[in-house]
Amino acid sequence: MAASDHIVGRGPNAGARVFSGLMPRAEAVAIPLGALLAGFLAFSLFLLFLGKSPAEFYGLVWKAGFSSAFSWQNTLSRVAPLIMAALCVALPARLGLVVIGGEGAIVLGGLAAGVTGTHVAGPLGMVLMALSAMVLGGLWIGAIGALRIKRGVNETISSLLMAYIAIALFNHFVEGPFRDPGSLNKPSTAPLDAALRVGEMPFIAAHWGVAAGVIACVLCWILIDRTTLGFAARIAGDNIRAAQVQGLPVGPLVIGFTALGGAWAGLAGFFEVAAVHGSANASLIAGYGYTGILIAFLARHNPLAILPVAVLMAGFEASSGLIQRRMDLPDATILVFEGMVFIIILLSEALYGRLRIFSPGYWESR
Amino acid sequence: MSGAGAISVEALHMTMRFGDFTALDDVSIDIPAGSFHALLGENGAGKSTLVKCIMGFYRATSGELMVNSSQVKMTDPRVAQQLGLGMVYQHFTLVPSLTAAENLVISRADAPAVINWRAEHRRLTEFMAQMPFKVPLDQPVSRLAAGEKQKLEILKQLYLGNRFLILDEPTSVLTPAEADEVLGHVRGLTEAGQITVLMISHKFREVTAFADAVTILRRGRRVGGGKVGEISVEEMSETMMGKAPETSERRRAATRQHPVLALKALRAKDRSGLKSIEIENITLKSGEILGVAGISGNGQMELMEILTGQRHVSAGEITVKGDAFRATRAEARRHKIRYLPEEPLHNACAPRMSVAENLAFRIFDADKGGRPSFWQDRRAMAKNASDLIETFKVKTSSPAARIASLSGGNVQRAVLGRELTGDVDVLIVSNPCFGLDFAAVNSVRDRIMAARNKGTAVLLISEDLDEIMELADRIIVMSEGRVSFETPIAAANIVEIGQHMAGHG
Ligand SMILES: Nc1ncnc2c1ncn2[C@@H]1O[C@H](COP(=O)(O)OP(=O)(O)OP(=O)(O)O)[C@@H](O)[C@H]1O
Ligand SMILES: [Mg+2]
Repeated sequence: MAASDHIVGRGPNAGARVFSGLMPRAEAVAIPLGALLAGFLAFSLFLLFLGKSPAEFYGLVWKAGFSSAFSWQNTLSRVAPLIMAALCVALPARLGLVVIGGEGAIVLGGLAAGVTGTHVAGPLGMVLMALSAMVLGGLWIGAIGALRIKRGVNETISSLLMAYIAIALFNHFVEGPFRDPGSLNKPSTAPLDAALRVGEMPFIAAHWGVAAGVIACVLCWILIDRTTLGFAARIAGDNIRAAQVQGLPVGPLVIGFTALGGAWAGLAGFFEVAAVHGSANASLIAGYGYTGILIAFLARHNPLAILPVAVLMAGFEASSGLIQRRMDLPDATILVFEGMVFIIILLSEALYGRLRIFSPGYWESR
Repeated sequence: MSGAGAISVEALHMTMRFGDFTALDDVSIDIPAGSFHALLGENGAGKSTLVKCIMGFYRATSGELMVNSSQVKMTDPRVAQQLGLGMVYQHFTLVPSLTAAENLVISRADAPAVINWRAEHRRLTEFMAQMPFKVPLDQPVSRLAAGEKQKLEILKQLYLGNRFLILDEPTSVLTPAEADEVLGHVRGLTEAGQITVLMISHKFREVTAFADAVTILRRGRRVGGGKVGEISVEEMSETMMGKAPETSERRRAATRQHPVLALKALRAKDRSGLKSIEIENITLKSGEILGVAGISGNGQMELMEILTGQRHVSAGEITVKGDAFRATRAEARRHKIRYLPEEPLHNACAPRMSVAENLAFRIFDADKGGRPSFWQDRRAMAKNASDLIETFKVKTSSPAARIASLSGGNVQRAVLGRELTGDVDVLIVSNPCFGLDFAAVNSVRDRIMAARNKGTAVLLISEDLDEIMELADRIIVMSEGRVSFETPIAAANIVEIGQHMAGHG
């Protein structure tokens, strides 16, 4: 029995073979892209139904999100928390956990940063703020992983409930023990010292959080795609029984990945406080954690793909105000749009492995 | 539901390509109404692909399908259902927590949103009265024995009004006696002209005893066939493999035996959580095969889970070479322990990862010297994959294909290759030959025997008593979660073992 003639493609040339090797990867790009376009289309129909012009809508998104240096600044200002919130969904997802409570880790990270900031000073102080935000975020989401492993608690529900608890705790502390007496109509922690504020990057109109987000994505991609830990996590995420039979440390992997995701969300809270708001207050509760879910799913939980998707979604969110004013649409319109895309993305999951053009070998027979 | 009476099916010039890989190549098969047709072929020959094309799960690249002599477009499994074509799988598709009656009613495509159970029960009783065999209707399916479940699967198809049944290896989870009973009833139904049957099987005994005609596939082509009785078993196997089967003689060498694995006073919950597993003492020695016999569902699966660290042990201890053993990766590596769970795609593979990645599960986290490594070594993984694919004759369109796209037997080979490579001191296997063609069965058993002869301690959990009688040095029987009987092979007596398996010790 010559097994080899089944393995080696009988393709006409090496080019076709390379192409064939790429096709399974192309599937992971083409299907979400198709779903995104379908989402655009569905939302256009929704706008037509409301008697609004889809062309005007997408035109305004372009104008407010991407057309000029000013609009890019507007977009990039939202990118950092979106990237980190998406990582908080994508990392647990690689282990098969659907964590949707990243918002909780963001606000608690912001709180930790704001409170730490009132006790420290200097560059080291900034590092301490960031660390405290990451630790608190990591503990918060890591606890969700631990509950899942030790007690079998469904992580989707627990993360959502814990996000509510996190927000309640945040409000309690900001309005109570850590409230700056000077903050009158908007309860906040004490304003940060100027030396503790994160500044803008050179040449780009964005704060350093964007660079941190890019680095975080690259690190996570290396972790998943290049290290043995990531390989073990992928096994456990695909079939936990197989991972257990191999004796892989499933529990520590789940807790570690959820905690790492939470740490990134916590870091998002730090940048929101140190680069944007200057103190921890209710502006932190901006829904980045929820948009992060959409981004992670669109990116198929691939950390590198999160980057472009986050920029796109940031552009949409940045245009929200303009759309509200120009098209006389409610603020929630962008949420409707995100919801539609999300549903189509979930539906498109059924397509993987079904489309023949993406199967390895298809192109070798061309 | 279609009208009563068996249906004829004819497939003409079926071709199915997956990329450049041709899984079916111009295959024609004619199954007249009321016949019992067997489909034979080695692992990966294209049997499942052919029936999936007939059932509309795959859309054939080319070819025609005739049902009752008129051409149909089988675009969708629902079309097959409407025409009265149904399929019974190797593994059960029943909902275990529901009763047999509930399973039947919810399986109907037209099951109403609100079910009038009294009326349904009346209809079911009438339906059952016409059936040649019975299954207790008001018991949860989880309490039924494997043979009864398989009978229920067939009843379900009849209840759905299907008159052409495809059975994909229907007896692999049954004991020979159960298989004979189930197939005898099926045979009766075909003789009565009620149904037509197409059965995929690797067991010649069943084929010659129950089928009228066979079709033999090899590498996607139809290479032979004919009436049962006109074609001998030797001819069948030769056509299947393309050569005369090698009769391998497994010889049991003298080995040095000393205790390796010991289970003492183990207590754990069983699957249902209601009963318990109580194992007082099992000692496995090097250079021996210890066969664990028993009817499925008597604690064998739990024993495997305990040994792989998947099931919590409430008391007792497991030791390997005197050290306490908790089934961590480091311990398994140090003591060279390997596992082959049953149904490898579900228990030992990551179905969405590639064949190459699945083949790397043992080696990915250690470098050549066996030290833990932090970075993945892609080149080593690729080399490992092509070596294993070559040595174990795994048929795959590419190492990058998802392992779930392989035929059942090829998944089994891939996992075997992964686990049996290198030095093995303890091998724990469960039903290693399910779904394998006879050549593969032979080679798996050869490998297990060869490992034993080299001094490996083998724990062979199997529901196939013939397999245990053939391979084991010593046999224990599990019944109700306990070891109820032990005998060396020399004194083993099938009747006695059978009685212990059935719980009458
Ligand atoms: N969806 C798929 N994509 C790619 N290749 C496939 C797919 N399904 C089946 N194949 C290939 O087609 C061949 C035939 O597979 P099939 O499942 O029909 O074999 P089989 O005769 O049923 O074998 P077994 O006895 O092992 O069940 C195999 O080599 C398999 O790898
Ligand atoms: Mg098959």
